[in-house]
Amino acid sequence: MNWRAVGTIYAKELRDLLRDRRTLVSTIVIPTFIMPALMLVVVKTASTIVSKARAEIPRIMVIGGDDSPGIRAELEKTGKFRLERASGDWKSLISNKRVRAAVEIPAGFERALGSGSAPAITLYDYQGELKSGLASEQLRTFFTGLRSRATDKLLAERGLPASIARPFEVTQKNVAPPEKVGGNLLGGFVPYFLIFLCLTGAMYPAMDLTAGEKERGTMETLLCCPASRTAIVLGKFLTVVTGSLASVAFSLISLVFSLLMIGSTIGAATKGMGPAGEMTPTIDPLGILGVLAMVLPIAVLFSAVVFAVCLFAKSAKEAQSYVTPLVFVIIIPCGIGLLPGIDLNLHLAFVPIANVSLVCKEMLSGVWHWGYIAVIFGSTALYAAAALALAVAMFKREGVIFRT
Amino acid sequence: MIEATLLTKVFHDKKRGEIRGADGVSFRVEPGRIYGLLGANGAGKTTTLRMLATLLKPTSGTAIVAGYDVVREPDKVRASVGFLAASTALYGRLTAREMITYFGRLNGLDEPSLRARVRLLADELDMYDFLDRRCEKLSTGMKQKTSIARTLVHDPQVMIFDEPTVGLDVMTARSIVRFVRECRARGKTVIYSTHVMSEAEKLCDVIGIIHEGALKAEGTVAQLKARTGETDLEECFVKLACPGEAN
Ligand SMILES: Nc1ncnc2c1ncn2[C@@H]1O[C@H](COP(=O)(O)OP(=O)(O)OP(=O)(O)O)[C@@H](O)[C@H]1O
Ligand SMILES: [Mg+2]
Repeated sequence: MNWRAVGTIYAKELRDLLRDRRTLVSTIVIPTFIMPALMLVVVKTASTIVSKARAEIPRIMVIGGDDSPGIRAELEKTGKFRLERASGDWKSLISNKRVRAAVEIPAGFERALGSGSAPAITLYDYQGELKSGLASEQLRTFFTGLRSRATDKLLAERGLPASIARPFEVTQKNVAPPEKVGGNLLGGFVPYFLIFLCLTGAMYPAMDLTAGEKERGTMETLLCCPASRTAIVLGKFLTVVTGSLASVAFSLISLVFSLLMIGSTIGAATKGMGPAGEMTPTIDPLGILGVLAMVLPIAVLFSAVVFAVCLFAKSAKEAQSYVTPLVFVIIIPCGIGLLPGIDLNLHLAFVPIANVSLVCKEMLSGVWHWGYIAVIFGSTALYAAAALALAVAMFKREGVIFRT
Repeated sequence: MIEATLLTKVFHDKKRGEIRGADGVSFRVEPGRIYGLLGANGAGKTTTLRMLATLLKPTSGTAIVAGYDVVREPDKVRASVGFLAASTALYGRLTAREMITYFGRLNGLDEPSLRARVRLLADELDMYDFLDRRCEKLSTGMKQKTSIARTLVHDPQVMIFDEPTVGLDVMTARSIVRFVRECRARGKTVIYSTHVMSEAEKLCDVIGIIHEGALKAEGTVAQLKARTGETDLEECFVKLACPGEAN
């Protein structure tokens, strides 16, 4: 192998591509801006919605309870609810979001409370709707508080300690380190994007360097030179890998920046909200390095596959029509990492793309299964080598190069 | 020196089935000579020349080009050959200088001799006006000069031209013809394909008439005319290429 020729070809192809606006846009500009833009939009809207919902004083409806004026007064006194006049169609009012939730107070509730035999309270809400859920949550808190106070009073009247009804308290604490929370939040999302960018970064250079050259007639010129076919493929292939990795690198750099920015946004939105503050996505830098290492064989794999596919095409247009379906083929296994509840196992560790997507998610949340990592890196490298061998073999076939 | 022995190329086409692009073509070109390959569209000129330039591998037969076998030592053949065809385009986003330099490097020239070579070629072909302009912005004539410089950068012994004047205006075509003559004057072995009779008549020392992949006749223009008893090369081409159709 003449490595000098490989280097010459690589240098020329790189320079050539850097002068092509289309390639620049697709391998550098878009990857740099898509991540922060997307994340900013998603996270910002999400946090605005949540804080808005929390800030809103929900309208609720009290059904019945005309003989329990004390309860109504207490509800109003909390300042957490806006009480609407009772009407018969409260169910549809909740569905239409005119009222967030309703509470049904049975007749004689207040009177029976003192004797410890009050009938059940019913809460109505629209499950799955954020604001309705928050309203009924607050109603529940109110009524459980009321119940505790009633219990305490009943016990006191009989001269018993309050701890008889509540021998212990239950408190909840998050033990996941902040990066674990952030990792779960972003863990599915980031590898998904990086894998996808590996593909888009390879696409334009591959098309331009193969089918594009055939179309423009420069392929035949290049084949006249004494460099071996293998050297030509390698030089071109390395350029495609560079494009793929450049995409990833640019988007990763901008990701880090946007994380810093978004971190402060979420931090501000959720300040003073206890555990929610820990939602701030902090990512373990080691996890990022791990993801980069796994993305390397993926970039080689995609570059080789896209290269081989584009090599077969006669024109850039034809190449485009082969590569576009490939995007969907790759998105599906890649998206597995986004599904909740799917964990890495030995079978999945051999499924190309899906395995990388899953292991990256783990690494970003600080979990390192070295056995799987080795298997996945090895198998992806193997698939990549096979795809590259295919590309070299195809390049040596005149039926492919001089296809008419 | 080129020595082709029974060069044959069979293509497999889905619709047309088996096609003999070249069928047992044998000829010999001495240094300092121009051999003209004269044939109609689809006769097999490009196929034959591509095999000589090792872009295609012969199905059977072989050729010795500049002392190397096209089948066994294709890399060495390519290092001794300059191939110029209507279909060998330039990289649009490279400048003329970069284009020449690139092929010089691919041919293994070191940087000092490469610089000297570029200067020499730019002088000879009068390229200084556009040497640092991108190839996509050049006129057809400038592109042609750049292509010529590209084929000559490694000073090959053998020059292969495949219809290099197709689509060019008279002036540009003439400059190509002049350049081909110059190659002969420098003792290079030249093979030149065309379907233009006048060009073949003016330029070539020996003409081979190729039809349906096979070499039908060979000789100097005078010999071919004498053989058919025609005074016009076109008439004698028709007679020799497809004897049945001649009337
Ligand atoms: N890659 C290929 N696959 C299939 N058939 C081919 C291929 N290349 C050439 N042919 C066929 O081989 C025959 C010879 O073609 P060739 O290009 O050598 O002719 P030519 O003399 O150069 O013609 P032209 O004057 O049109 O350039 C034609 O019938 C052509 O269709
Ligand atoms: Mg031709």
